[in-house]
Amino acid sequence: MLKNTKTWFRSGDPWIWLNAGALSISIVMVTGLLILIAARGFGHFWPKPIIEADYVENDGGVIRLVGEIHDEETVPVDRLHGTGIELPAGATHFKRYLVKTGNRDVGGLDFRWVFAHRMQAPREPEALMALERREWGNFYGYLRSIREDGRVVAEGEAAWEALQARLERSEALFREIRRIERGEIGSINYGLERLRLAERKQELAGSVNPKVQADIAEERQRLEATYQGLQAKLAGLYEAINRDSLTAEVMNGRMVEIPLAKVVRAYRPNAMGPFAKVGFYGEKLWEFVSDDPREANTEGGIFPAIFGTVMMVILMSVIVTPFGVLAAVYLREYAKQGPMTRLIRIAVNNLAGVPSIVYGVFGLGFFVYFLGGNIDQLFFPEAAPAPTFGTPGIMWASLTLALLTLPVVIVATEEGLARIPRAIREGSLALGATKLETLWRTVLPMASPAMMTGLILAVARAAGEVAPLMLVGVVKLAPSLPLDDNAPFLHLDRKFMHLGFHIYDVGFQSPNVEAARPLVYATALLLVLVIIALNLAAIAIRNHLREKYRALEH
Amino acid sequence: MTGTPPILDAATSRRYRWRLLNDQLARYWVGIGGISVIFAIALIFFYLFYVVLPLLVPASAEETVSYAVPGGGTTLHLEMEELNQQAVRYTTDGRAIFFTVRDGTPVGQVRLPVTDVRSFATGAPGSGLVALGLGDGRALVLRHVFKVSYPGNVRTITPAIEYPYGEEPLVVDEDGRPLTRLAVRDSEERLTLLAASDLGPLVLADFTKESSFLEDAITLERTGSLIDPAGVEPKFMLVGPQQRRLFVAAEDGELLHFEVRRGDQVRLVERIRLLPEERELTVLRFLAGGNSLLAGDSGGRIAQWFPVRDPHNRHTLQHVRSFDAQDRPVIDIAVEERRKGFAAVDAAGRVGLYHTTAERTLLVEQVGPGTLLHLSISPRADHMLIEDADGRLHLWQVENEHPEVSWHSLWEKVHYEGYGEPAYIWQSSSASNDFEPKFSLVPLSFGTIKAAFYAMLVAVPLAIMGAIYTAYFMAPRMRQMVKPSIEIMEALPTVILGFLAGLWLAPMMESHLPGIFALLLMMPLGLLVFAFAWRHMPQPVRRWVPNGWEAALLIPVVLFLGWLSFALSAPLEQGLFGGDMRGWLHTELGIGFDQRNSLVVGLAMGFAVIPTIFSITEDAIFSVPKHLTFGSLALGATPWQTLSRVVILTASPGIFSAVMIGLGRAVGETMIVLMATGNTPVMDFSIFQGMRTLSANIAVEMPESEVASTHYRILFLAALVLFMFTFIFNTVAELIRQRLRRRYASL
Repeated sequence: MLKNTKTWFRSGDPWIWLNAGALSISIVMVTGLLILIAARGFGHFWPKPIIEADYVENDGGVIRLVGEIHDEETVPVDRLHGTGIELPAGATHFKRYLVKTGNRDVGGLDFRWVFAHRMQAPREPEALMALERREWGNFYGYLRSIREDGRVVAEGEAAWEALQARLERSEALFREIRRIERGEIGSINYGLERLRLAERKQELAGSVNPKVQADIAEERQRLEATYQGLQAKLAGLYEAINRDSLTAEVMNGRMVEIPLAKVVRAYRPNAMGPFAKVGFYGEKLWEFVSDDPREANTEGGIFPAIFGTVMMVILMSVIVTPFGVLAAVYLREYAKQGPMTRLIRIAVNNLAGVPSIVYGVFGLGFFVYFLGGNIDQLFFPEAAPAPTFGTPGIMWASLTLALLTLPVVIVATEEGLARIPRAIREGSLALGATKLETLWRTVLPMASPAMMTGLILAVARAAGEVAPLMLVGVVKLAPSLPLDDNAPFLHLDRKFMHLGFHIYDVGFQSPNVEAARPLVYATALLLVLVIIALNLAAIAIRNHLREKYRALEH
Repeated sequence: MTGTPPILDAATSRRYRWRLLNDQLARYWVGIGGISVIFAIALIFFYLFYVVLPLLVPASAEETVSYAVPGGGTTLHLEMEELNQQAVRYTTDGRAIFFTVRDGTPVGQVRLPVTDVRSFATGAPGSGLVALGLGDGRALVLRHVFKVSYPGNVRTITPAIEYPYGEEPLVVDEDGRPLTRLAVRDSEERLTLLAASDLGPLVLADFTKESSFLEDAITLERTGSLIDPAGVEPKFMLVGPQQRRLFVAAEDGELLHFEVRRGDQVRLVERIRLLPEERELTVLRFLAGGNSLLAGDSGGRIAQWFPVRDPHNRHTLQHVRSFDAQDRPVIDIAVEERRKGFAAVDAAGRVGLYHTTAERTLLVEQVGPGTLLHLSISPRADHMLIEDADGRLHLWQVENEHPEVSWHSLWEKVHYEGYGEPAYIWQSSSASNDFEPKFSLVPLSFGTIKAAFYAMLVAVPLAIMGAIYTAYFMAPRMRQMVKPSIEIMEALPTVILGFLAGLWLAPMMESHLPGIFALLLMMPLGLLVFAFAWRHMPQPVRRWVPNGWEAALLIPVVLFLGWLSFALSAPLEQGLFGGDMRGWLHTELGIGFDQRNSLVVGLAMGFAVIPTIFSITEDAIFSVPKHLTFGSLALGATPWQTLSRVVILTASPGIFSAVMIGLGRAVGETMIVLMATGNTPVMDFSIFQGMRTLSANIAVEMPESEVASTHYRILFLAALVLFMFTFIFNTVAELIRQRLRRRYASL
């Protein structure tokens, strides 16, 4: 046996197994990570049951505990010594639950750790209601009555029905209010700002034209009048939305009145059947991708971040594709091949390995402060001292990322060009085509899938890059999208939100990380899905290409 | 290709020329486009360098104008205002003369309501506070101000003298002795005057402001105390910030250091000599912020002293550094208002410009042939006004943007104000104005190397071993599945890795610390045990998994081992570490534990680096020519022997370049370290402590950095260092790979 083992070691077999093990570990790590993100991300929207239990506090008093179980852990008893918590003798480990009790406005904290062994008679009463609110986070409690202008209109089980109907009404009102505030009043403010700038521009130019001045004044008056009208309308809407309120009993027995205007959604997860849960899930998922964030980005949707990411990536693609292809065509088709092109090729290749933060520093210094500062001086003196392009914005972010992904596009395109057999070029030239015609009609179309691969990889890289964006234009909460219905529609100078930065910001800079965590997982999942899809597409195109050229060569 | 073939008709030949023209144009366009893209890439390097360059530019100064001292009389003190337009000059005959800096034209003169001026003192730099000691034991305290207004959009500066403590001189010495020496300092609620007469004790007079609600005027409450000078004949006296420290020095360099509590309780802290025996003290000034003393002597040396906490928990003065660039007696020292720099004039007509933190003598220039008497630096430190013995004022323009930076301040241990000993510290900004910026790049570089080291510790074995297996032993079908998954791993955004490391891995690791270490030990052992057991399985079972699929077989084993380690974590912690490994580490080994530590960073960044190293290594091994391996196998070597003695040796340059590229990536990675560490710039190699890396530091501080400031440029320097480092590493790695490829081709 011993000899056997010795020869086994001699043969090197164990090493092979260890090598295989290293690979298995890597694969387990990747898949585990993807599964972790998927599980947490997808799980976030599933309605969790709300439990109710009698909980024995440290001082022996019993309280009613209501909330969602958020997390659990097992703690060795030694770690709890000296914390003053009394524990039953004998046990070495204790199970603790992190319970989301919500009701931050009532109790101050919305999470607390509780010991499993002190929870008595845990139950899931169907009448327990969860409210998603526009502020103060979730609310858990029993619905008692619905009031209209302060008088009770529904009580008991009827209250639930009434609540649903009235919530629909208040939601519709809320949407209307938001449309007016964001859309119409936003447009008016934008118009007023443009008028101010136009006026200032005239002043700076020194040629005050009374007619133009009068026009501006008139336009301003018109906007002001519209604004007054909207204000009056808004006042009416606010009055309507504040009509209803609900009264609910929280876990310590107190009655709390909540205006329906503050409620986004009311549901009773314990009473939901599987189909209701699936419906709820879909609704939440849709809200997540289509709605604006609430509560310092910790709740609601991430639509502006998705929009900003897509917008930035599109702008970047528009910049990077022509330049990357041009550079690749130059290097492969026009430049004289020699040590110089080799050197350039190495340099381009290595740029892909330069830390992305360096590009961010360059973008901030060169694009934002140098280019942007000069553009402001030349073209936007009227806005001074407020910078227009002399501050981080989506254009500079796109340019910076275009520079960052340029090597990816160049390398991929060059590879595609190199794969095209010489015979094809020579055939075209022999038929009398000029070099440009050969390139344009034969070589480039054949290389286009390679360019596509390069572009997809560039997009995947850009979508996941955060460090440089933090310096050149990403913000945690952008007041308006870079694309809207105010001329000139595309606002390249605006700051934008980004999925990757959203993850960083909400996960690490937010005041209530615990509450925000599920949302961050969902955002991470979305980002990972997008990037994996892009990469798989690039891999598929590349494999397809290889097959095609293999066929061409024979 | 030139000229038209004669056989073509007119229309075709026109078309032909058009095509040729297009072809030529395209050639130029592509050329221009291609070169400009390459130029844009080169621009990154040059722009970074261009921003960093001013750090290396030495200071320069030149005289712009000189004129006769305006207003006559003997100068007590000179001071310029913020915009370098006007200046004020106090004379011994009790006048304040305002004049333009450019040509010395007087713009106003205030005769102060005093006679018999015996002494003069100024408050904190930039406060404009001035005190005149009189022959009757009283002192007049006043303040000069330069009011800036814009009547009709034209900037106008109106100088004025204000009396914040009343126009009537304050009684300092109740015995009415003449005040031959004086020091003054004020704060929000108090004014402190320290005075000496020719005979007897020093007087410390403390005036507490009490403003009444009914009238605008403030009333002053005087508390006085007498201090025994202990035989030191006071020549120089200073009152420190918050009026907490007093310094009294004699001409021979003997210094008394007092501490003041509650305004009037004075305690002698120490009595020391500032100078060597034969020298005389010629100037004593506070550096900006009032923590350091600058002592100029008759030998031209300027020494910096500041209080350092000694073993008895007292703050005693310690000599920190001195400047020897001037060798004649120092006559006057002026300190910069907002930086730790100062200038000194000497008896040989020279002016020197220095910076304390950077230990730099920035320049020494000859102003005139004779002794220079007075010196003033403008608040922005871009002009100096110097008075010589011939009654002329010299205005010097100073270019001195970045005196804080030197090799010493960036890379060596620096003794900062308030610290017990020289140290490497990065602390770029703080709320207070007279803060000493600490720009040591050492802790950041150390953090970068530390993070990269732990990442490589995780990544190199896993990636190289995995690559060896994939390239050499794996079944082709499995390889087709493995390679894309590694590519996906490479494409995962680092922000997601960082987020998981910070919010999932770090807390999990904290609660399962013994499990993590058990995992490190059990994983290889467990794999070997399984392999051994597998060898002794009956043949049919073994045939179930064909050769080259071992890795797939091991996946459940890895999962099981992982689960087992974590399941064992709690019992291990109970048994070996008394139930709390963190506490055990702290009490038994004295190791502090950060939740976001190097172990977390190492794992997360290792994860990010694995695919980079894996792909390149795999490529290098896979493209080793097959006939080499066939030859080796034919000679009877086992697959492992062939691999370890032939394949890896041949591919080793490729593996080396893979590690270099991986290292380059680890060094520059930003988001993971930003999210998975506490970002504290500590110098500690402990695996349980965090770090701050160059890249994370840029990400954290760049948005708040003021454009073109020293801090901004140092951050650019950090970016340039990162750029150069990764660029050089990658280039070397790429060259190695290219050579290797050529060698393979020749084999």
